[in-house]
Amino acid sequence: MSKVGRNIHVSVDRLRQLAHRDARPRKIKADAGTCPKCDSHYSADEMRRNLRVCPACGHHFPVTARERLEQLGEPGGYVELWGDLRAADPLQFTDLRPYTERIAEAEKSTGMGEAIVCAELEVRRAPAIAAVMDFTFMGGSMGAVVGEKFARACDYAAQKGVPLIVVAASGGARMQEGTLALMQMAKTVIALDALAEARVPVIVVLAHPTTGGVWASFASLGDITYAEPGALIAFSGPRVIEETTREVLPADFGRAERQLANGQVDAVVDRRELAERIGRVLHILRRPETDGTTGTAPPGLQWAQDGAQKVKSMMDRMRPGATDSGSGG
Amino acid sequence: MSDKKHGGRFVRRIAGKGRRAAEPSGDDLWESVQMARHAERPYTLDYITRMCSDFEEVHGDRLYGDDAALVAGFGRYHDRPVAFIGQQKGRDTKERTYRNFGMAGPEGYRKAMRVMEIANRLGIPVVTLIDTPGAFPGASAEERGQGGAISRSIQMMWRLDVPTIAVVIGEGSSGGALGLGVADRVLMLENGTYSVISPEGASAILWRDAGKARLAAQAFKPTAANCYRWGVVDAVVPEPEGGAHTDHEQAAEILDQYLHRALGDLDALPAADRKRARRDRFRRLGPLRDPEGGLGMAAGREIPPPG
Ligand SMILES: [Zn+2]
Repeated sequence: MSKVGRNIHVSVDRLRQLAHRDARPRKIKADAGTCPKCDSHYSADEMRRNLRVCPACGHHFPVTARERLEQLGEPGGYVELWGDLRAADPLQFTDLRPYTERIAEAEKSTGMGEAIVCAELEVRRAPAIAAVMDFTFMGGSMGAVVGEKFARACDYAAQKGVPLIVVAASGGARMQEGTLALMQMAKTVIALDALAEARVPVIVVLAHPTTGGVWASFASLGDITYAEPGALIAFSGPRVIEETTREVLPADFGRAERQLANGQVDAVVDRRELAERIGRVLHILRRPETDGTTGTAPPGLQWAQDGAQKVKSMMDRMRPGATDSGSGG
Repeated sequence: MSDKKHGGRFVRRIAGKGRRAAEPSGDDLWESVQMARHAERPYTLDYITRMCSDFEEVHGDRLYGDDAALVAGFGRYHDRPVAFIGQQKGRDTKERTYRNFGMAGPEGYRKAMRVMEIANRLGIPVVTLIDTPGAFPGASAEERGQGGAISRSIQMMWRLDVPTIAVVIGEGSSGGALGLGVADRVLMLENGTYSVISPEGASAILWRDAGKARLAAQAFKPTAANCYRWGVVDAVVPEPEGGAHTDHEQAAEILDQYLHRALGDLDALPAADRKRARRDRFRRLGPLRDPEGGLGMAAGREIPPPG
């Protein structure tokens, strides 16, 4: 790991704070240039170039959906799909503020229409459809639009016969859409089966955080599942668990590395290797143009026939009275 | 499933409730929430033992353990086998603890899946009874894959070839409820609630104040009448006058009528048709604004005016 970052302002007080830092939930700020782990500071340009990973300590900063697509795709970019869909307000929901206000503000501050961006792109020359969530838009929560865009992404990938790449970053179902938000869990899980029918794989990347109804639906159903270092992956968050059960949780509870040990993910992958890794696995999983259903017999059967032939000729040779110059006696 | 016989009159009755609930007080809604988790309310096993002539409960997920918060097994129902699965709450303190307040862990959902798989293989319909404040929020549950257990339960339930019916009998909160909710027909008892989260949970998260549960219930409006209007449930099952807790026998009798009827309707359909309809019903849920197609409203429906 190269040490590109400039360390600024490290005092004893700060180091003391750092010692306790892991126990507290990480605050997510999209463009903050200071590393919460080692206090290195980076310009916006450096952040973008470093894929929002701290070169000094490897801390992974949050990434917006569009920037993620740029990171994963080829320089040619990506084509965004169904960007016009917007949330409705079926419950006329108001908590501390009306839902419609929250949506309008999220749109304004993020420049996105919803908490998921779907796109057509190529990852290391492998064509794919991507569904990328964005935590900055209302905590990446899943309402009807996220559910619908995800389902359309599944259908479209199946129709094109290309893999689906999902990047999850979500606090769970969008409470402001109530029971109908809960139903999106079913909708997305069912939609994934279009890919099964088309025999194309789904690669899931779990970014920080992937929790609640998103983890308990499509995010835990990847064929290959990668997690970003340090990402919180859980159905119930640490605070809810501690309040409900009075358990004292370890600092790394639900974090990617621990979930790897728990057998919940296939690998923890550094963001700087992510595109390469996805490209590789897509290459491994790509079926040849003519598979077992058409054309010549698959190699396995060929081998069995060879074997049968060999046994037969051996038997012939061993039969009494057989004349074979090659027999060794 | 037709709800004309019971439901016509009845849906009007609850529609009145829903309307009143829209008023600012929210008292009716809170009453509904209290009713859904009334301590004397019939629980899953209360219904199963009354509706079935015989019931064989199974135990364990064959991987780790047995979860008493979720019961599953095979019942003799109207002279045919039916698989029953549901969260189970406890009545006294001791049983409540044993049943973990109806909050199932991954072992529960894996037991459910085991029974679903058997039922599917043997051609036995699956009936789920939903009654939970949510899936269990515990460190051990997380370590053993709570999220994946729920998502796979949803997936398996959607993939079943046999007829499936889900009934929200009390409290249906969060993914823990939906884990048993992906069915051909979704029924809901008159005083049940079906919501993305419990009012207490929402209160802590959205209002940052644990004491705002009443406000949260008012905002979520998770009543049977509203779930019917949103298209989340297909029929509302009436309860005895005063609520299901007043008369367990009658509550089970009414649910039995609705279940039996729904099973008969589903028996008549080919498996492929049922599965297509099952997929489509969940695909439609959730209103959104689509500039190309106008307002894409879910299967929302009008409720006849009270009278
Ligand atoms: Zn750092």
